[in-house]
Amino acid sequence: MAEKEEARVGVFICHCGTNIAGSIDIMDAVEYAKTIPNVAYADQYQYMCSTPGQGKIVEAIKEHNLTGIVVAACSPRLHEPTFRVATKEGGLNPFRFEMANIREQNSWVHMHDKESATAKAKDAIKIAVAKAALLEDLIPKSVPVEHAALVVGAGVGGIQASLDLASAGIKTYLIEKWPTVGGRMSQLDKTFPTLDCSQCILTPKMVDVGRHPNIELMTYCEIEKVEGYIGNFDITIRKKARGVLSPDEATARGIVGGGCNGCGDCAEVCPVIKPNPFEMGMAPRKAIYIYHAQVMPLLYTVDFDACVKCGLCVDACGDKKAIDLEMEDEFITLKIGTAIIATGYNLMPIENKREWGYKQFDNVITGLEFERLICASGPTGGHLIRPSDGETPKSVGFILCAGSRDNTGNGKPYCSRFCCMYSLKHAHQIMEKIPGTKVYLFYMDIRSFGKMYEEFYYRIQSEGAKFIRGRVANVLEDPQTRNLYVRAEDTLLGRPVEVECDLVVLAAAVQPVDEEDVIRKHFGVSKSQDGWMLEAHPKLNPCGTTTAGVFLAGVCQGPKDIPDTVAQAEGAASAASIPIHIGQVELEPYFAQCMEELCAGCGMCIDLCPYQALALVDRSDGSGRKVMSVTEAKCKGCGTCGGFCPGGAIKMQHFTSPQIHAQIDAFLCGGEQ
Amino acid sequence: MADEWNPKILAIICNWCSYAGADLAGGARIQYPSDVRTIRVMCTGRIDMLFIMKAFANGADGVLVSGCHFGDCHYLAGNFKAAKRMFMVKNVLKNLGLEDKRFRMTFVSASEGAKWATVISDVVKTVNELGPSPIAEFKK
Repeated sequence: MAEKEEARVGVFICHCGTNIAGSIDIMDAVEYAKTIPNVAYADQYQYMCSTPGQGKIVEAIKEHNLTGIVVAACSPRLHEPTFRVATKEGGLNPFRFEMANIREQNSWVHMHDKESATAKAKDAIKIAVAKAALLEDLIPKSVPVEHAALVVGAGVGGIQASLDLASAGIKTYLIEKWPTVGGRMSQLDKTFPTLDCSQCILTPKMVDVGRHPNIELMTYCEIEKVEGYIGNFDITIRKKARGVLSPDEATARGIVGGGCNGCGDCAEVCPVIKPNPFEMGMAPRKAIYIYHAQVMPLLYTVDFDACVKCGLCVDACGDKKAIDLEMEDEFITLKIGTAIIATGYNLMPIENKREWGYKQFDNVITGLEFERLICASGPTGGHLIRPSDGETPKSVGFILCAGSRDNTGNGKPYCSRFCCMYSLKHAHQIMEKIPGTKVYLFYMDIRSFGKMYEEFYYRIQSEGAKFIRGRVANVLEDPQTRNLYVRAEDTLLGRPVEVECDLVVLAAAVQPVDEEDVIRKHFGVSKSQDGWMLEAHPKLNPCGTTTAGVFLAGVCQGPKDIPDTVAQAEGAASAASIPIHIGQVELEPYFAQCMEELCAGCGMCIDLCPYQALALVDRSDGSGRKVMSVTEAKCKGCGTCGGFCPGGAIKMQHFTSPQIHAQIDAFLCGGEQ
Repeated sequence: MADEWNPKILAIICNWCSYAGADLAGGARIQYPSDVRTIRVMCTGRIDMLFIMKAFANGADGVLVSGCHFGDCHYLAGNFKAAKRMFMVKNVLKNLGLEDKRFRMTFVSASEGAKWATVISDVVKTVNELGPSPIAEFKK
């Protein structure tokens, strides 16, 4: 076949050591590539991504006057950026590059059938060459980045990320659904393995976020809408009606010297009592409330679901005029450049595991309830009691992996990672506070993986806690004494055991917060199989997501303890600050383009566009005809318009119809000379 | 001759979910049949019905379109808009007298490597049961 076009494609096939060469006959593929139309040069190398490998591309472009490059190697999701740079170094536009995936989607999944794998690789190369021959020069669009960031969730992860961003000089909006910052960590009594008081190490940071001039704290707020793209997100925040004005808000309303000063006179007179979720429902709060003494900001909140609007609080507040029972939700829009999601976790509904009796027996509690019961600022002032009769327990059983590492379909298949360690800590706290108490830990494996964790485990062993290796079959209650009988198989002794305990603590599995799915979808972040948010790469990009400019910190990405959460938060803050500090980002130029001569102006594409990037305008030739026009900054390149256009008038750059048709033809209609 | 027939199956898959899921299957070395060739697009919403019709006209024995789960689309709802079109493709195929089972749309997320392998195995099994496409036979 005579060459009608000028396309001169270079094909480079990677061995990837034996990763590819082990299952694919590379030399056969190279010889085959030379016969594909438009191929001007074909070569192979051990590792195309290495410096000499990339050098081959640069040299060949110059030597053979190539117009397009195909590298048959790993996934474009991995090395496309690498080879685009090499293509550029060779003097070609970087978008003149196409990758044939012959590793992840070939050699690794057809490891034992070299013949079929080689045939598939040849087809993949043929398909890639067909596209490469039609690739065009594209110029990425550079857009400015808003000098502000958003952090969603004000637990320890969100707090740390906000402080880092703000200290780097970036305006940071920290939004939190609770009326206070602090998150789960503020509910804990001590932290393992150092036994630092959790509040003592967290509250300085809570105070810092409240005070930092670059941080705008937005508590009792939720995300309503997310629009835009990296560098230019428009976020709509629902500021839930708090019913209480801060001093600033009061001043804005002309109430001089007014606003909430946290005196608590309102809560004193409020007649409505509800369980306090901060105390895991074990202590009361009023319909106008604060969660605990160290809340940040110190502002009361009206629970409008409970409030009877009697107005007693308004009277008690007096001249401060801080309470407005007619307040309504407000909507605030923010412009930000990048965002960090740090939404944390909930405990799984462990009552679903009926065998352990949670919510059936009063004396079965969860680890978080234990934290509040042993905490000096908790509902019992730190006196550990059993809920049924208020007595001090003499023997306490801990059930580890309660719902974790559970493949029954009624639990979580993953390890919740921090329950072993906090159960060890609980054991220590009991033995320290109530000497002589017997402590039994029923475990599958003790996972003490962190720095000084194993040493902590030894310490608890030496302090006298009894470790019984076996999953608990069931927990029964003696109706008279309300004591519990924990039944398990001791797998080390190979016999069943039954232990009488006054109190049983379930180290319940963790799961994403209820709102996670909503927030995830707002930002276009994918979900892992286990329900947590999906990172861009588990090893090399653990803070990033598939949405450019959106990062993850803490447990929302997968269970992790406080040190790991803080470390990831700092990583995410660093990653989120990079585009902001550079000040502009390059967007991949996969924009839609209208070919006006083909556009009939039907406008069907306009409703299809999820980003309102398309509009009908007068044709530029002055004919008065309407044609579609694209706002490039809004277009994200999905191609939904191009896939539907009845006239074929929409050109999706880098994924044009001629390119895709050529790929289909190459596969099905041969292509050999 | 009949013994040597290997089905020609085209898969057009989205970059964010199914392509990533297929990569994950590779990383995990989950083995599956080798008869499917993939073309990557950014979103299944990009897929023009003509791409699929062209593949069948060119003699493809089967075509697979795979994207994100509903609600998980990287571009909000491209997969949903694609799915609506794909029902039309099925109708057209039926009207042409071609088994509509030769064409399938599936939803495989970036974390579902094992599902990708299952989907491919199942598509290949279906097409093998149906035998060569009558269009391919006609073209010979």
